[in-house]
Amino acid sequence: MKRVALTGNEAVSLAMKQINPDVVAAYPITPQTEIVQMFSQYVADGQVDTEFITVESEHSAMSASIGASASGARAMTATSANGLALMWEVMYIAASSRLPIIMPVVNRALSAPINIHCDHSDAMGARDSGWIQLFSENSQEAYDNVIQAIRIAESANVLLPVMVNLDGFIISHAVENIDVLDDEKVQDFIGSYTADYSLLDKDNPITFGPLALQDYYFEAKRQQVEAMKYAHKAIPEVAREYEKLTGRGYGYFTPYRMEDAEVVIIGLGSTMGTAQVAVDELRKEGNKVGLLKLRVFRPFPKEELARMLAGIPVVGVMDRADTFSGNGGPLFADLNTVLYGGEERPELYNFIYGLGGRDINVSNLMEIYRYLLNARDGQTLNRVNYFGVRE
Amino acid sequence: MTELVEIRWHGRGGQGSKTASLLLGKVASDLGLNVQAFPEYGPERMGAPVLAFNRISEDKLTLHCQIEEPDFIVVLDPTLLDTVDVTENLAPDGKVIVNTQDEPEKCRKELQLQPGQVYTVDANRISNEELGRVLPNTPMLGALIKVTGIIPMEVFLKNIEEEFSTKFSSRQEVVQGNMKAIKRAAQEVKGE
Repeated sequence: MKRVALTGNEAVSLAMKQINPDVVAAYPITPQTEIVQMFSQYVADGQVDTEFITVESEHSAMSASIGASASGARAMTATSANGLALMWEVMYIAASSRLPIIMPVVNRALSAPINIHCDHSDAMGARDSGWIQLFSENSQEAYDNVIQAIRIAESANVLLPVMVNLDGFIISHAVENIDVLDDEKVQDFIGSYTADYSLLDKDNPITFGPLALQDYYFEAKRQQVEAMKYAHKAIPEVAREYEKLTGRGYGYFTPYRMEDAEVVIIGLGSTMGTAQVAVDELRKEGNKVGLLKLRVFRPFPKEELARMLAGIPVVGVMDRADTFSGNGGPLFADLNTVLYGGEERPELYNFIYGLGGRDINVSNLMEIYRYLLNARDGQTLNRVNYFGVRE
Repeated sequence: MTELVEIRWHGRGGQGSKTASLLLGKVASDLGLNVQAFPEYGPERMGAPVLAFNRISEDKLTLHCQIEEPDFIVVLDPTLLDTVDVTENLAPDGKVIVNTQDEPEKCRKELQLQPGQVYTVDANRISNEELGRVLPNTPMLGALIKVTGIIPMEVFLKNIEEEFSTKFSSRQEVVQGNMKAIKRAAQEVKGE
């Protein structure tokens, strides 16, 4: 293990290099990321054995990954924003075909207006595609999540693609210290991959992508739900092994100063690191505030979240994307569903923030905590709030 | 140093403010400090005002936002003083280091700061003489290290030379030119 200063993009491409996948397919749509550009340099320099396929669109990048994975290869790609949106159709095919493809996604806003900065609209657009979705606070978590994703995706009974999210620019383009593993340690951890079913296994011929109409389609979808349940089991198992290797523990979420907390913020990504500082500041003033950083968004850790949040008077839910339902963001909707009907149900308030990369700093987060503290004390607060916007 | 130090770089697209923040980050990281280095990306145009940031701390950094109240501000281009509020949200006892031919007192009055808060150095002339081009970012790094003392100068010089040697492995004259520019700026930077 050694400590290096890397950007999020560098950290993720390094993880890809150490994974040494059989196939990487990529296309540089605007806005692409440096991840595949840096990885292509590893390919050109002969530092990986990967077959690097340059395709003509992101749709094709995912299609090529599907073909490679169905043939038994360990396949990866990486994308961002509009590129992810263009993959949408084929992402469903990757998930339903039970192909353990790994894809880092640098989270950025979808146009229009044209914007290349961070929000979670891209990943949330792919929320229902059947992919496992992990979120990372910083470069270290992005690196660790990519390596763990291989094992999660390839776990017996899971066989689902995994999307590893990291915040555009805030993490992808910022240099931070991270601890990286030796190449051999990564290889030992992920092990070699032999697909149970492969298109190239001519002795055991199988069909991928068949027609299944009223007769079998529903069963295929139902099995995906089961696969997600196995993913829910596999994620902490893989995390425990990873912790033995690195000393860095990962769960479905990370609680911060939750003991005796009466007001809690929950959310995804880099903002949760900033919120940690806001919690420290408010705790110094004697406020009972805490933080819950959610790592696993799909499958949604419903029972664990319900247990963790039960009895907390007020919870602020941070969404860096909107659903335009008029009823708040995607995390807010999920949490309401999970907590509905539960005992000791917290009051939930939604804050939609940071769209298109609008900065959110410690003072902003302290302001949000103060709204929530006031709500705890009986002041009225809108259920859904748009924070930091001109209106 | 124990406390968090936050630095904001003001430059124009093409002057290397991002590179300067990355170099500082890499050197501080090599010394075992926790670092962040990140630019503010806007429309990428040569000559447009740009920002870059550094956080350096002995403690783990979990902040992932722009810097609210910088302790130090580095201005790579004197023409920015007329167009951008470069001292915006400067910490109460913060310091500003400006690349300009002007004396610190004149610059300080222009920026409406207190005596002792403004340092100046003619980084354009230094880089022109040492590198044959106006590239103020590396000399301003030298001035920053001198003024702030966040890293001992000798240690900084040794580590930045290693960074340059990796970056410009086949161009020893660039390494030496940058090293001379940094050392000169550290000597020539003036306060009141």
